[in-house]
Amino acid sequence: MEQLKTIGRELAMGSQGGFGQSKEFLDLVKSIGEARSKAEEDRIVLREIESLKRRIVEPGIPKRKMKEYIIRLVYVEMLGHDASFGYIHAVKMTHDDNLVLKRTGYLAVTLFLNEDHDLIILIVNTIQKDLKSDNYLIVCAALNAVCKLINEETIPAVLPQVVELLGHSKEAVRKKAIMALHRFYHKSPSSISHLLSNFRKKLCDSDPGVMGATLCPLFDLITNDANSYKDLVVSFVSILKQVAEHRLPKAYDYHQLPAPFIQIRLLKILALLGSGDKQASEHMYTVVGDIFRKCDSSSNIGNAVLYECICCVSSIHPNPKLLEAAADVIARFLKSDSHNLKYMGIDALGRLIKLSPEIAEQHQLAVIDCLEDPDDTLKRKTFELLNHWFIQTMNKVFEHAGDLVNIKVAHNLMRLIAEGFGEDDDTADSQLRSSAVESYLHIIGEPKLPSVFLQVICWVLGEYGTADGKFSASYITGKLCDVAESYSSDETVKGYAVTALMKIYAFEIAAGRKLDILPECQSLIEELSASHSTDLQQRAYELQAVIGLDVRAIGSIMPSDASCEDIEVDKSLSFLNGYVEKSLEKGAQPYIPENERFGMVNISNFRNQDQLEVTSHGLRFEAYELPKPSVQSRTPPISVASSTELVPVPEPSYYRETPQTAPVPSSSDTGPSGLKLRLDGVQKKWGRPTYSSSSASTSNSSSLKVVNGVTQVDGVSSGNSKTHETSYDSRRPQVAKASSHASERFHTSKSTTIYSADNAVEKPNLVQPPPDLLDLGEPIVATSAPSVDPFRQLEGLLDSTQDPGTFGGTKAPDFMALYAETPAGGRSAGVALPLSLNRDGDNLIPGLSNASSNTVHGGTTVTNPSQISKGPNVKEALEKDALVRQMGVTPSGQNPNLFKDLFG
Amino acid sequence: MGIRFILMVNKQGQTRLAQYYEWLTLEERRALEGEIVRKCLARNDQQCSFVEHRNYKIVYRRYASLFFLVGVDNDENELAILEFIHLLVETMDRHFGNVCELDIMFHLEKAHFMLEEMVMNGCIVETSKANILSPIQLMDKTS
Repeated sequence: MEQLKTIGRELAMGSQGGFGQSKEFLDLVKSIGEARSKAEEDRIVLREIESLKRRIVEPGIPKRKMKEYIIRLVYVEMLGHDASFGYIHAVKMTHDDNLVLKRTGYLAVTLFLNEDHDLIILIVNTIQKDLKSDNYLIVCAALNAVCKLINEETIPAVLPQVVELLGHSKEAVRKKAIMALHRFYHKSPSSISHLLSNFRKKLCDSDPGVMGATLCPLFDLITNDANSYKDLVVSFVSILKQVAEHRLPKAYDYHQLPAPFIQIRLLKILALLGSGDKQASEHMYTVVGDIFRKCDSSSNIGNAVLYECICCVSSIHPNPKLLEAAADVIARFLKSDSHNLKYMGIDALGRLIKLSPEIAEQHQLAVIDCLEDPDDTLKRKTFELLNHWFIQTMNKVFEHAGDLVNIKVAHNLMRLIAEGFGEDDDTADSQLRSSAVESYLHIIGEPKLPSVFLQVICWVLGEYGTADGKFSASYITGKLCDVAESYSSDETVKGYAVTALMKIYAFEIAAGRKLDILPECQSLIEELSASHSTDLQQRAYELQAVIGLDVRAIGSIMPSDASCEDIEVDKSLSFLNGYVEKSLEKGAQPYIPENERFGMVNISNFRNQDQLEVTSHGLRFEAYELPKPSVQSRTPPISVASSTELVPVPEPSYYRETPQTAPVPSSSDTGPSGLKLRLDGVQKKWGRPTYSSSSASTSNSSSLKVVNGVTQVDGVSSGNSKTHETSYDSRRPQVAKASSHASERFHTSKSTTIYSADNAVEKPNLVQPPPDLLDLGEPIVATSAPSVDPFRQLEGLLDSTQDPGTFGGTKAPDFMALYAETPAGGRSAGVALPLSLNRDGDNLIPGLSNASSNTVHGGTTVTNPSQISKGPNVKEALEKDALVRQMGVTPSGQNPNLFKDLFG
Repeated sequence: MGIRFILMVNKQGQTRLAQYYEWLTLEERRALEGEIVRKCLARNDQQCSFVEHRNYKIVYRRYASLFFLVGVDNDENELAILEFIHLLVETMDRHFGNVCELDIMFHLEKAHFMLEEMVMNGCIVETSKANILSPIQLMDKTS
């Protein structure tokens, strides 16, 4: 009875020229439309599922009704519920001869099924049949389905017909056939490798739509193999020229711009073909220059084309005029009030600075503004740019200054990459790391990189090479082995490379992956195990030991991404108390503090000792020096500690300038036994140091450097790295201290070996320094500026507003602050913004598309013909309103928006 | 691949149309849509129309009560996608006349048919409104 009523209504509405759907469907849509919550919507859908399950299997359902059921199934799945009970009915509908039913059936199966679904087999036959249909609309419907449902196995079943359709008289069919081939290329490139020439041919199709579609597969082909398509450069240029000159039918215009989407795709293709190819690029200059000149910069779509021009210009062989035009557009984007344009501007800037770094300076302020913007998307994008920029600038510093770059700079860089911006923004930090890894992998193959730079590269690759999952362990380890091989005479670099290898392998083991040790790594390890350098031997053996450990052991000795964890030094060695007590009970002699044995230590002893340090960490074959009192004073107080030393090298042989190569015995003790070092007097972050008696050793070393510093101010230029280093430290003790702390983190973080940057800081030293020495460092800090400091240059780039007075000892913290503070401010601002959804929906188009760009270029009128001509068509809206009311769909208070004109 | 999905979602976060160009299971779609909608609906006019989410970039645009969200690859031209959305709305408007949310709900399949003409394999293949609408008009005539 009820069904009869429904049919009656349906018939009635059909005659009224209504929407042609049943009251039932209209009610369903209406109730879904008016559901106030997800829960209510779910209840409606669940009821609908029950009803459909019952009714879809009833016999003799009219086709039209069935079509409605299928669409109701689409609703069910769209709203997140399973409609698999009805899939088979959608499949059946594809067999129908009626075009509308068939196409609805195909639509539903492409929405419901993935290419590997069992039901596909029931559709392939139908598709084959439909591809041969006389009705081109049926052929088109089948080709749509081909593009969604055909997988590698079923390609052969339809391929011959698809190829045949490339010559169909209807352009719509040719276009879809090309896209079907495109799909096959994605699923199985080999399946159509003999058919690639078709794409070239269809580029010359008489129909611009077919030509435009053909650009899609060509873009992918050229992405994979640009060299095979260089001959098409001239064709692409000529097509682009014709398009830009308005030679395509008006129907392809969008907001008065000739076929902008085709222009954009052509520009993308040219960017690929012109990359690293001067000759090809020269063909493109004129047409790209024309577009720059002619393109309407007041509309969104015009700016989209201009943005693509910038991408193209920054990819092809550089041309000064085009770069200039690109820079002008970027300046306009960045100055715009529109956040969308700013975003595009930042992105474009990132592309262009690779070619002309000087444009970066012009836009400093605009970039800083974006960094402070409450819009998180924009801020993130800007961070990305700055990271990239920063890494690139650092790369340049290393490349140009080479080995003159102080090792501290390298340590600072590693620290920055490891610690990030001192913010909780992990994404930004990992972005910086990924950015660094990518950039280093790119640069690593270049010949003759400076040693310091290679150390940074190896460290970063070891620490973060595999972190974002973009690069495999075997790829990274291969690169590291290459480095060790190419710079075989540089033991420091080799040391870094081996430790990096160890980290990568440890992370692999920790992640539960099977270790894949490349043969070249294996032979490198073997070679280094027999090295003359004790340091390299040590590292090689440790690497071998680590590889053999299980997941749990690895997790505790090499925790992943723990380079920033603090290491605590138990300076009182309290963990030995029990042992000491036991020994005393057994009658051992109690310990007498050193100063009680020898009194105050003379500074000159230290200095002498310092100068006596040998400059090599290889095996020494000459006799050791005679023991001196001061040497004794520095030996660890309790003999037990030294007995566990892995490599009992006498202390004076450490060379402080190449700290990373000097194994510190005490650390080897603490590592495996799980004991933590604690540095009471050493600050964690940059800042003013708190020199206390507990950190006596620190003040010792800095005051010592002051003494040295006086003697070798003029020695800096002599290239003596040792004296240079020392004077650097004496000027900026805080920085030196912090960075030595950083480097010690770097060294100790997760390995069993600690390679100390500054022994004096780490080692428990019971010597009390003369108190007046503490003050010596301070005034010098404030007065002298460093001779070469790339950080300072960076600051100039990044923050022009910085107060010059803050330079000196505290400059590094300021640099950090640039990174650290802005996101914080931005975040809080973002939170504070009202999450207003109640915007006036009536004026959306101008607001989104044109208004913002128009205000910038003051006075340009919005040229949106469809909009102007349209206006609110009251009559049409009223008619529609009357119609739906007649059908029983009345706008309720709950969701009147259903009736709101999208264009307002 | 370019476009990975196209969503139409209303102000209340209810999906009005969903088309994916790569296969996701029902659960994955449900989760993804929830996340994206939450993210985009919380943004205001002052913020740009692009949001990064997972490995997609979402380009979105609002028309009255309806949000159009397009998920794209990272190397897609965001401004162009923004205009693609506008072209889609213009095309629907030409067909339905003063298109509103209810038109899309009552004629879900037609909205899909339009998309099928405009986008294939995640690429924009047709931008002429006449070409997009002609098969739909022909079907209307025959039925």
